[in-house]
Amino acid sequence: MRDASPAKIYALHVGVIALLFALNFVLPDYHQGLFARIMALAVFAMGYNLLFGYVGLLSLGHAMFFSAGLYGAGLTVYHLGWGVAEAFIAGIACGALLALVIGLLALRTSGVAFMIVTMMFAQVFYLLILYFAAWTGGDQGLVVQQAARTLNLDGAPLDLTNPTVRYMSALALFAVVLIATLAVVRSRFGRVLVAVRENEERTKMLGYDTVANKLAAVVLSGTICAASGAAYALLFGYIGSSFASVQYSILPLLWVLLGGAATTLGPLIGTLFMYYVTDITSGFTSAYLLIVGVALILLVLFAPKGILGSIRQRWLGWLP
Amino acid sequence: MADKNGFFDLSKTTLSRRTALKGMAAGAGLALAPGFVRYSQAQSSAPIKIGFQLHRTGIGAAYGRWYDRTSAAAVKAINDAGGINGRKVELVIEDDGTDPARGAEVVNKFATQHKTDIVFGTLFSHVVIGSAPAAGENKIPYFVVSEGHHVASTKLNRYVFQPGITDVKSQIQSMAPWIAANAGKKVTQIFPDFAFGYDHRDYLPPALKAQGADVIAQIAIPPTESSFTKYFPQIPAETEVIYHVMVGPAVLTFVKELGEFYGSQRPQLFGFMDSLEAVDINSPGLEFLDGSHFWEGSPRYAQPDDSAAQKAYRAAVGIDDNGAAAGDPKDVSTASHMFGCWETLYVVKKAMEDAGYKGSEDRAKLVEATEALKEFAEGPEHPQGPKTFNGKIHQCFGIQNISKVEGGKLKVVHKTKIEDGLYEPEGDYTKQAL
Repeated sequence: MRDASPAKIYALHVGVIALLFALNFVLPDYHQGLFARIMALAVFAMGYNLLFGYVGLLSLGHAMFFSAGLYGAGLTVYHLGWGVAEAFIAGIACGALLALVIGLLALRTSGVAFMIVTMMFAQVFYLLILYFAAWTGGDQGLVVQQAARTLNLDGAPLDLTNPTVRYMSALALFAVVLIATLAVVRSRFGRVLVAVRENEERTKMLGYDTVANKLAAVVLSGTICAASGAAYALLFGYIGSSFASVQYSILPLLWVLLGGAATTLGPLIGTLFMYYVTDITSGFTSAYLLIVGVALILLVLFAPKGILGSIRQRWLGWLP
Repeated sequence: MADKNGFFDLSKTTLSRRTALKGMAAGAGLALAPGFVRYSQAQSSAPIKIGFQLHRTGIGAAYGRWYDRTSAAAVKAINDAGGINGRKVELVIEDDGTDPARGAEVVNKFATQHKTDIVFGTLFSHVVIGSAPAAGENKIPYFVVSEGHHVASTKLNRYVFQPGITDVKSQIQSMAPWIAANAGKKVTQIFPDFAFGYDHRDYLPPALKAQGADVIAQIAIPPTESSFTKYFPQIPAETEVIYHVMVGPAVLTFVKELGEFYGSQRPQLFGFMDSLEAVDINSPGLEFLDGSHFWEGSPRYAQPDDSAAQKAYRAAVGIDDNGAAAGDPKDVSTASHMFGCWETLYVVKKAMEDAGYKGSEDRAKLVEATEALKEFAEGPEHPQGPKTFNGKIHQCFGIQNISKVEGGKLKVVHKTKIEDGLYEPEGDYTKQAL
């Protein structure tokens, strides 16, 4: 990575946030709703990217962190009648705690074994959701009622089902996580994570506790994914086991690969690209997943570092 | 191209009072011009757009294929008879991928991009439940053909209706009197360990108890299971009836292994046709089902006493006497569910006519008109049979069929009454604000 002034880098990210803010006022209704969903899920991808892109740990179990947030927030509203803010915090706390436990266990492995162990834990989590169907709604899932999805800010109710409020809420979360991610990857801690990815043995030899750093990365990654899940439950009003299935562990991997692993803005670009390819092509053919597959193969062949990764490699070496 | 005349230079634009008056006059003239009036008329006679949320891909694709055909046939019949309120009906199809997240996006797309009048669809419960919030938030009526109890549970919202197919709670309850009287009083249930199975687990025991019969064992099979033999020793020896609702590709293995376990000495078997929708009853491995009984929503095979309406419906949809696509015997239909699409579209027609529906501004009126419906008489619009409708829980109630597997076909041996499937409402949607 070629050096660039922090001001330039932060200006780019603030510019992206400003662009997304402005889009709220010009996007047609449908795309406004789609962008809200994409931003919420891009947070999921950013959490995944932190571990996969910067630490080099390929997890196939991140659906459990996303759904820990989803259920942590959704079930506290559904069963306990909690408010939106408390439920959101509960969702994040569930994800953080789960990530800590899973991290402690799964980080005893590495490489392919880490991938398999995380996938197995996610499968256990998925089956637990089905097993406790009386509380979770099982495979059918549960609806978080519209009336319960209102954020009370000092007596001023904020209806999260309102398209603009929803868009701005998703953007707020996205912006916080984007800037936080940027700060993390530019920090001393972030550089240690990249060092672990590049050569863990050498990093250890230099005196760093790589296990502790990796554990911190797992917890941070899981917490961000849980924030995405919690926001999804509260913004879109549905919690269901399909979000804990292996498909939702693979999706963030694809989004990150498409957008560019180890780039801060890649997860947004990947999520956006995949959503729109699916949305547009499904209007023409039922074989739209084939088109998505072909697009992925072409990207792997001609832009193996993903969209933003390739741009960084060829033109903008300073991109974080 | 250079802008020599300053055409795009907004800074050079000056607006005098005379120019402004000319512009206003021209604008008023344009609004009153014959062409503009014609445009307004075209809006009121434009087709009624029905957003059709379809399982075109994913696990529900076999159902989706037949839901598509049945709905297309119903729309053709409605249009041939003059449409709804004199307007043609147009289906706008979007694939939900049998995925709840995509399902919600599709509902949003219908409401905000296609700007359809209503949304209509789909079968799988998780897709309906996942899509329901989007329908409520967009305040767009969402008519589903899902069979799940979720609509009647009143846990969704006022914009979701199920007027064309009975719910699974009602279906299960309707089966109990016949099972207790004809198959046996000691019943063992085998069901998949997920929501569809839980409906049967929870609703059958009390329904049988009321008929003097008992569920003596409940065996839940994990959804990941591919072999079932190890579960069969859990079936109590005194079992008189095995009630099975295994769904998905595993059903063939399940039946084959059950046959190997019991041989010729088996208890009575009673199943739900959901297990074998779109599957040929004569598939290798299913021989063991000969002589057993099934719930059917609408009979797959043509019956000797089929009504003229039933015959006309089958011909319009394009299914032969064996319930397969005319001309392709291997393309077996989902007869027990797809009739619901036909009937739902006719309920939509009736409700729109009652509401004097003109456009999306009348959606609230459409909701109230649908809630006001009470019953649907058997006939061309409701070929499966008569139904009643409870506007408080947005759910219809109807007759069910019990069919026996005989000579490689399903023969209807009993039809339940509407009253057999009635239950106490669990809530009231009409109390929710529109």
